Amino acid sequence: MAPSRASNLHFLANPARFRRFSAAVLPALAVVTALALAVGLYFATVVSPPDYQQGETVRIMFVHVPSAWLSMAGYALLAGLGASLLVWRHPLAALMARASAPIGASFAAICLITGSLWGRPMWGAYWAWDARLTSMLLLFFLYLGHIALSRAYDDPERGDRAAAILSLVGLINLPIIKFSVDWWNTLHQPASVARLGGPAIHSSILVPLLIMFAALLLLYVTLVLLRTETEIDRRRLEAAA
Amino acid sequence: MSGFFASGPHMPFVWGAYAVTFVVLAALVLLSVADRRRARRELAERGLERRR
Repeated sequence: MAPSRASNLHFLANPARFRRFSAAVLPALAVVTALALAVGLYFATVVSPPDYQQGETVRIMFVHVPSAWLSMAGYALLAGLGASLLVWRHPLAALMARASAPIGASFAAICLITGSLWGRPMWGAYWAWDARLTSMLLLFFLYLGHIALSRAYDDPERGDRAAAILSLVGLINLPIIKFSVDWWNTLHQPASVARLGGPAIHSSILVPLLIMFAALLLLYVTLVLLRTETEIDRRRLEAAA
Repeated sequence: MSGFFASGPHMPFVWGAYAVTFVVLAALVLLSVADRRRARRELAERGLERRR
């Protein structure tokens, strides 16, 4: 497949702008991310008190819950990028989706593993085929499917489109994850932060949770920018090959 | 004593959760930086990269 001259130029236009933007913000963003992670870890491991029922295991929440939120938000991002590739053929969207999927997969994996390590002392089981846990495992597989599909074709643009379609189909899983704890009787507890009537967690635990979320969100954004730069370069190398 | 370094039967699960998080994210960061450097070097070797 030989892309036309015009589409080539179009491809280079936006990514070039992106690279200027990314090069300008990445160094500062990396520093802010490191500081936020240090503050978040200090709050999560030192400042916050043990829970009156769960004791010290509540500290697992400070990595588990932000990872869950980020893996879900990251999937929404992936689907948004998929839509902008399929609908508007935005050249940067496919590259950013390629860059993002492994980050989302990593956070989904962290969510599943830390949840498992929390489940053993609290529920007496590392794993249960509970609706929340199972839909979260599906999210992880959707990410893996996206990574595999995007690399399954010799023509990377075909892989981009196939992965974009998968990301849109998989969007149905997000409300299932969110509402699984309401729709089914799950071992997993219901929502305690994003719920009607406001958070049901004391501020001594909510504040560290939100700081860790902000820090890991910054890390997510930093990695998306860095990895998108790499994907732009890779596409240029492929185009030149 | 309470806190992250308290002793207790459940502490290995807490430490394990933080260790897993650290290892996964550290690997992701290191691989991302290594990929970035490699792509930039290949572009430079082919004379496709502007000086920056």
